[in-house]
Amino acid sequence: MNDQVQEQNKYRLHCMLCAGTACVSMKSLRLKEVLEEELKKHDLDKEVAVVLTGCNGFCAVGPIMTVMPDGIFYHSLTEEIIPHLVEEHFLKGRPVKKLMFTPPEEEEVVPKMSDIDFFSRQTLVALRNRGLIDPEQIDEYIARDGYKALAKALSEMTPEDIIEEIKKSGLRGRGGGGFPTGRKWEFCKNAPGDVKYIICNCDEGDPGAYMDRSIVEADPHAVLEGMAIGARAIGANEAYVYIRAEYPLAMKRLMLAIESAKEYGLLGDNIFGTDFCFDVNICHGAGAFVCGEETSLIASIEGRPPEPRQRPPFPAQSGLWGKPTNINNVETWANVPSIINRGADWFAGMGTETSKGTKVFSLVGKIANTGLIEVPMGITLREIIFEIGGGIPNGKKFKAVQTGGPSGGCIPASLLDLPIDYESLNEVGSMMGSGGMIVMDEDTCMVDVAKYFIDFCVDESCGKCSTCRDGSKVLLDILERICHGEGKEEDLDLLEELSAAIKDGSMCGLGQTLPNPVLSTMKYFKDEYLAHIRDKKCPAGVCKALIQYCIDPEKCTGCTLCMRRCPSSAIVGEKKQPHKILLDKCTKCGICRDVCKFDCIIVE
Amino acid sequence: MAKLSIHDLDRISERVKRTTLLREGAGRAKITVHMGTCGIAAGARKIMNTLMDEIAERNITDVILTSSGCAGLCSREPMATVEIKGEAPVKYVDLTTDKIKRIFEEHVLGGKIVEEYALARGSERMS
Repeated sequence: MNDQVQEQNKYRLHCMLCAGTACVSMKSLRLKEVLEEELKKHDLDKEVAVVLTGCNGFCAVGPIMTVMPDGIFYHSLTEEIIPHLVEEHFLKGRPVKKLMFTPPEEEEVVPKMSDIDFFSRQTLVALRNRGLIDPEQIDEYIARDGYKALAKALSEMTPEDIIEEIKKSGLRGRGGGGFPTGRKWEFCKNAPGDVKYIICNCDEGDPGAYMDRSIVEADPHAVLEGMAIGARAIGANEAYVYIRAEYPLAMKRLMLAIESAKEYGLLGDNIFGTDFCFDVNICHGAGAFVCGEETSLIASIEGRPPEPRQRPPFPAQSGLWGKPTNINNVETWANVPSIINRGADWFAGMGTETSKGTKVFSLVGKIANTGLIEVPMGITLREIIFEIGGGIPNGKKFKAVQTGGPSGGCIPASLLDLPIDYESLNEVGSMMGSGGMIVMDEDTCMVDVAKYFIDFCVDESCGKCSTCRDGSKVLLDILERICHGEGKEEDLDLLEELSAAIKDGSMCGLGQTLPNPVLSTMKYFKDEYLAHIRDKKCPAGVCKALIQYCIDPEKCTGCTLCMRRCPSSAIVGEKKQPHKILLDKCTKCGICRDVCKFDCIIVE
Repeated sequence: MAKLSIHDLDRISERVKRTTLLREGAGRAKITVHMGTCGIAAGARKIMNTLMDEIAERNITDVILTSSGCAGLCSREPMATVEIKGEAPVKYVDLTTDKIKRIFEEHVLGGKIVEEYALARGSERMS
């Protein structure tokens, strides 16, 4: 029992200050210092505790602080406002309205976190402890039923029971593939060999996805406990967490968690006095996208270049150092303790026929409430984007959402009522992936989006298969040609044929799914491709070679702002007279459109 | 640190219980001390401190202590509202440390309203 936690029993208010990566980058650690100074000034430091938590999820409005027990939710905090906040709320008991959240397009503030749509519509399983505990205090994890599932697994269940429970729960891999977790464990358990390994994949590489980082930052013990239960089921005694070197905060908290679990004997030899011994090592990834693929990840841990290899044999038969190995990602592991604690039926009671439980999604792009959400499978895209996500900012129209990262697809507005699960996303040409959702508005050019993701894959292809290595490069060349107005109609057939060849001829998931953004944008936004090719126009006004900037003389007030801000002196005109853009000088940077207060820059 | 046994998990949970309950906003009873300028001037801080001491000394885990602004009846400060789960809130007025100790003992822990210090049962309606 450590002193800090014992101390906390005495406080009457707990300020749960978010210290996830996003809020830390908005100086939440500095806020803690200022808060504590102010509390001291008012002699409140023995009454009010400041607790650093993991990511709260509502990253759009950080730094975030929730004051418990009342659950008052403050956002966008600054150093300057802290003295006012301390005096009003903590001394005089008057929560500060102007720091509370006002939903988009509404006027009244919503004081309590539990009443804000962004939170109230979520169901937390993998993120169950986010914002509620200090991730660096193991006692706080234990107090929320932490390590109880491991105790149950070791004292009341056989390895077969554990696997049966996970199978019954319907849990599937949350890293992308969606393979049933219980069956995966069973393969590894049944594989011959006395040395077996567990790996936790925290090499989260999809642009815009950060749920694994957030889980490790907010609740590292949940991941460790899940792994220990999995190890018991499979018969492994050693594990590796493969974590990106770009995640220093997650790594720090994970190392601390391993240390405190060892101190308590929750890792190490003879856990809870049983014959079960389990140790966890950390392995730093250097940021190659392909390392998210199981066999590449194993190669990387072994110190070899991260290239995938043919399967079978699957890692369950011959994985790390040739031993049977089971890999799951962070979110999958974090679900395991809850399933053991609350039972498979509880978990299987959520979700759809084929996809049970909840899924964490990162909501990014053109969306009001950027952040991390956990929702039951089977929820519709419309609920996620418009009800939880608060819709598209600045009155723009929704155009598409890219799910599943660079290898996923773009889903158009006509499919917004699609209930989300592994199968339904595959059917519409996208995938679950790790749960990244990039929302796009009407100003997004879909050809440009496809180009962006293919460009990403060209960089990240490991180069082993020519279809992926060279095929992606050719896809990129064609897309670039189209964006430059040099596309031909035959290009569309070529894109399709080449995509099929890349899918067929590549060995790992990267190559097999890389053409998805091209195929899905061609399927749902063919008009836009044709506009680029036939009319030499970019309807969204993005592709520079196909657009022109000009000024609407009716609307222009001659304020000279755009003229002053134009970096290439391409705007001319007299004060209070309509200005003009000199097309031969204009570099189409878009600054004039951004600064114009009268909305008179036209892009065609 | 000795290795934990399964039984130790409950022991740790029990010791952190007050923190856990408070974070979850769950408690059997809630005491609100009115801490407007008038309340503070009349000695609300002393009331708050007494309650904090009582809770710590008796190792009570299921009572939430919170503050709020002026209750509007400034002449009768210090004031506090006691709310037992499932029952109407009771407002107490003209508090002293002795009075609040008795209220804590009899009402918060014992469930019996201290009629002689109480102003009224119920709370104002919000429009």
